[in-house]
Amino acid sequence: MIQVKEISKLFGKKAVVDKVSVDIQHGKITSFIGPNGAGKSTLLSMVSRLLDADTGEVLLDSSDVKKLKSNDFAKRVSILKQSNYMNVRLTIRELVSFGRFPYSRGRLNEEDIKMIDQAIDYMNLEEIQHDYLDELSGGQRQRAFIAMVIAQDTEYILLDEPLNNLDMKHSVQIMKILKKLVDELGKTVVIVLHDINFASVYSDRIVALKDGRVVKDGPTHDIINSESLKEIYDMDIPIQEMNSCRICVYFNS
Amino acid sequence: MKKRYLFIALILLSLLSLFVGVSRISPTDLLDFESEETQIFLISRVPRLIAILLAGMGMSIAGLIMQSLSRNKFVSPTTAGTLDATKLGILVSMLLFTNASLIEKMAVSFVFALAGTLLFMQILNRIKFKDAIFIPLVGLMFGNILSSITTFFAYKANIIQNISSWLQGDFSMIMKGRYELLYISVPILIIAYLYANRFTVAGMGEDFSKNLGLAYNRIVNFGLILVALVTSTVVLTVGMIPFLGLIIPNIVSIFKGDHLQKTLPHTALLGAIFLLICDILGRILIYPYEISISLMVGVIGSGVFLFLLFRGRAYA
Repeated sequence: MIQVKEISKLFGKKAVVDKVSVDIQHGKITSFIGPNGAGKSTLLSMVSRLLDADTGEVLLDSSDVKKLKSNDFAKRVSILKQSNYMNVRLTIRELVSFGRFPYSRGRLNEEDIKMIDQAIDYMNLEEIQHDYLDELSGGQRQRAFIAMVIAQDTEYILLDEPLNNLDMKHSVQIMKILKKLVDELGKTVVIVLHDINFASVYSDRIVALKDGRVVKDGPTHDIINSESLKEIYDMDIPIQEMNSCRICVYFNS
Repeated sequence: MKKRYLFIALILLSLLSLFVGVSRISPTDLLDFESEETQIFLISRVPRLIAILLAGMGMSIAGLIMQSLSRNKFVSPTTAGTLDATKLGILVSMLLFTNASLIEKMAVSFVFALAGTLLFMQILNRIKFKDAIFIPLVGLMFGNILSSITTFFAYKANIIQNISSWLQGDFSMIMKGRYELLYISVPILIIAYLYANRFTVAGMGEDFSKNLGLAYNRIVNFGLILVALVTSTVVLTVGMIPFLGLIIPNIVSIFKGDHLQKTLPHTALLGAIFLLICDILGRILIYPYEISISLMVGVIGSGVFLFLLFRGRAYA
């Protein structure tokens, strides 16, 4: 379990994340939602050690993440940031191989190669594994990055807006994969999401942030109701239940 | 672009290079160890060849590392002020110690090359507008400022000619006893190869590196130290060789991608080949005179650079 305790981040004098405490439960999909500038990405960056918290601490299975060696941490927690645009010309397979970097430092052994093959297989990338990333579509590239994280084989997978710039088909594809990672491989997934309906349909728990504070934190069905959404987004959002999914109809509210 | 073909080309060109020059030397002359030809061969031709190979490999690898670490395809010792900082370092060493030994010059110019490159990387971090073309332009401006400072003080101290002789890359001065500093490129090439994976990861950005547990800042600084070492030794022994670190890694990247462990050998080989061709042409074109290597590389290199620019900024 990851426990976030009273964590804050100041940019100048403004607290972007203000004394946030959250527990991230094992084996579940937890979504961070909230309006722009709520501090979701900053919170995720602090949990994954990309940013240092100004106050507070993050505990990974009750040990302070700051005290873990970066290599050991990289074997337990992985993070994908929203910027998956990179001008590095690598093939999918080369990228996925770097997922094994924390284990092998680049000298791949048999087990590494097995993990790489599995990850590529899992994401259905065998046929295009020798294609260069800059020649792929956005959806393929996102799948390649997730394959890398699978090869990295961490218990916790954190993703910062993985659906950015993806069309509906690919968004659904990515969310289904994340669900599968939790159900089949027992991973714990934390995602920052903008689309409330993806959060509603796929996540087990939702943490809603606003102005750097947690306003709601709980199981999805406790959060996806008009009352809570009003508090989070300042919008009157009617909820429609369809095939046991709660859909927020926010388009004309 | 197979490694094998590059290697064969390198061997053939090396042989050609050994037997091209003002005094005719044929392989049979070498049988007589005491002959004048053999002496010229050993004192001038062989050192020249080794210097070309080491400088060509070193400068292309330096460029490759810089492009990876700065995440910009147009950054190289030429376009990031590293060469100009080295020149400033040489001036300072000449002003401070009037009879500076090669090692003293080397140490001072290394410090300047490193400081200049670090300063450029700092500028790079502060620039919000990270356009592929804009960044090398900033680097060129930065280099020109350093260069103007050098010229100013060199003028004051009356050593302009001395300084501009460092400026011109020239292999005709290479002789036994004057190029051995270049051997430092050999361990650097090996280290660069061992660290290739780390440089590739660092080239994917700070967040990406941290995710994989790589000490990003340490690797970037380490890479820049390698770059500064290579650049300062090459400038001291041969002079400035522009564009080499820029075009060679780019050509290899188009064919082989950016996985440094795979592209590093190709880059080193192609760098040596390119420099050899330029040197041989420079020796043949106005025979028995010689066109300096920096002019040859400058002309051919800037042509290739323009071609890369127009080829499409998509790759940049």
